[in-house]
Amino acid sequence: MSAIAIEQPRGRTLAVRQGIGRGVLLLLVLAALWGLWEGYRALWIHERWTWPFVVDNTTMPHLHDIVHALFQPARFQGPLLISVLLKAAAFTAKEAAVGFAMGAAAGFALGVVLAHFRILQRGLLPYVVASQTVPILVVAPMVVIYLGSKGVPGWFSVSVIAAYLTFFPVTINTIRGMHSADRRAHELMRSYAAGGWRVLWKLRFPSALPFIFAALKVSATASIVGAVIGELPSSIQDGLGGQILNYSQYYTTQPTGLWATNVIAALLGISFFLAVMIAEKVVVRRAPENLA
Amino acid sequence: MSVVEIKNVSKQFGRGGTTALQGIDLEIEAGELVSLIGPSGCGKSTLLRIIGDLIEPSAGDVVVNGKPARRARIDRDYGIVFQDPVLYDWRTVGKNIALPLEMARWPRQKRVARVKEMLALVELTGFEGHHPWQLSGGMQQRVSIARALSFDPALLLMDEPFGALDEMTRERLNMELLQIWEQSGSTIVFVTHSIAEAVFLSTRVVVMSSRPGRISNVVPIDLPQPRTASTREEPRFFELVTQVREALHLGSDLDRQAQTQEATA
Repeated sequence: MSAIAIEQPRGRTLAVRQGIGRGVLLLLVLAALWGLWEGYRALWIHERWTWPFVVDNTTMPHLHDIVHALFQPARFQGPLLISVLLKAAAFTAKEAAVGFAMGAAAGFALGVVLAHFRILQRGLLPYVVASQTVPILVVAPMVVIYLGSKGVPGWFSVSVIAAYLTFFPVTINTIRGMHSADRRAHELMRSYAAGGWRVLWKLRFPSALPFIFAALKVSATASIVGAVIGELPSSIQDGLGGQILNYSQYYTTQPTGLWATNVIAALLGISFFLAVMIAEKVVVRRAPENLA
Repeated sequence: MSVVEIKNVSKQFGRGGTTALQGIDLEIEAGELVSLIGPSGCGKSTLLRIIGDLIEPSAGDVVVNGKPARRARIDRDYGIVFQDPVLYDWRTVGKNIALPLEMARWPRQKRVARVKEMLALVELTGFEGHHPWQLSGGMQQRVSIARALSFDPALLLMDEPFGALDEMTRERLNMELLQIWEQSGSTIVFVTHSIAEAVFLSTRVVVMSSRPGRISNVVPIDLPQPRTASTREEPRFFELVTQVREALHLGSDLDRQAQTQEATA
């Protein structure tokens, strides 16, 4: 008891120190990446190397030029590029978040069902896997056109496409996680004469949570990719996909615009990932060695 | 009144597979602490699981608390403690102890009060909000004992509960178990592979031998109650340890004979 009481304040300073350590690490990694980019650029230009591609201001603009472009007007006397891109990111974030929620829920439900009924798992899992081998660029226009004909708004069609990319990892890991509790833990439930539902909610689901969160982290970033790709065939101009199409047209004359859009899209993906990670910290209370 | 009646129980794993248990007859009276001891593979854990209806016997009858073992399990007549604590690590210590109470649909307030009592019983007051992985192995096993006793089962099944602990912790928990046993008045079936532990704790030691698993001897332990630390130093204790050891060796001699017969046949 006393040993643990003493540990707590020490734990707090440790957490602060770890936080600072992480911050420093982040800066170091960013600096290293910057050094790699600029070093590569300088070396290839200086040596006039052409393999694997010619390096110039179009293929690899200076990083500071990309950052600088963010704070220039997007067009003559228009708003700054960064505010245009952030607005687009917010729009894409909405599509992705809705898609992620739908995909995660559907993926989880499917995983629970497949984990529970072995026969279904054997019969259906190959098709679930096959669904992911179909190129999303083939599926996306079909979804947009079909749902559009039903009067569904375009952004929601994009969400459906994001969900399509999201559900798969969640399903696979839910199945795995639902079977992760050990035999003794099940025997304990049997000794309590627990029915199927209670075993599900009191044992299988909690022991599956670390697995599910591992999948949600993958899915969170996939949902952004799904939303961006979904915007392309659906001719939605308001999101990051629209901006990517737009700036790829100006790439040869103004490459920094596309790069800046890329940076914003990456930051959006990272923030989704972090959101899931924080949710995991709050929800999953497991021994450190049992975290997937 | 007998709490456990085992009549001519056999268990085979798989069709025509190994015979884990053969012709087991055993009666355990209320308030007894009976140890099952034997070499690994003698089916002592299997027998414990059959009493708890965690596995079904291939033949024979098991009556627990005057009813078929299955009925007794459904009525939650027994608590079980495994070699590993098997605590759910997403639950706090308190919530782990409350798990069987939730299953029995106890109201919340009653649960909270009982968890407090149980924590006091296993001397873990103040650890209610901790998670299992923050406790030592011995403390975790005490939580698991508290969980098994929380709903006042008539019978406590223990499957090598202290087997994974160091000798010091094991001896301390032996003492604690005896205190709990005296306080709760429950009947305990205790699987172990430690002769000293079996003699120290039990009112009777059931010696088993393997291939096929069967009861080769039952040694009544007439050491005075309550047992104390000095019990381990009494001459009678050593006599009984020797008696159980010899019974075990006799059993393994029988094993060897059976094996040679199999080999020659």
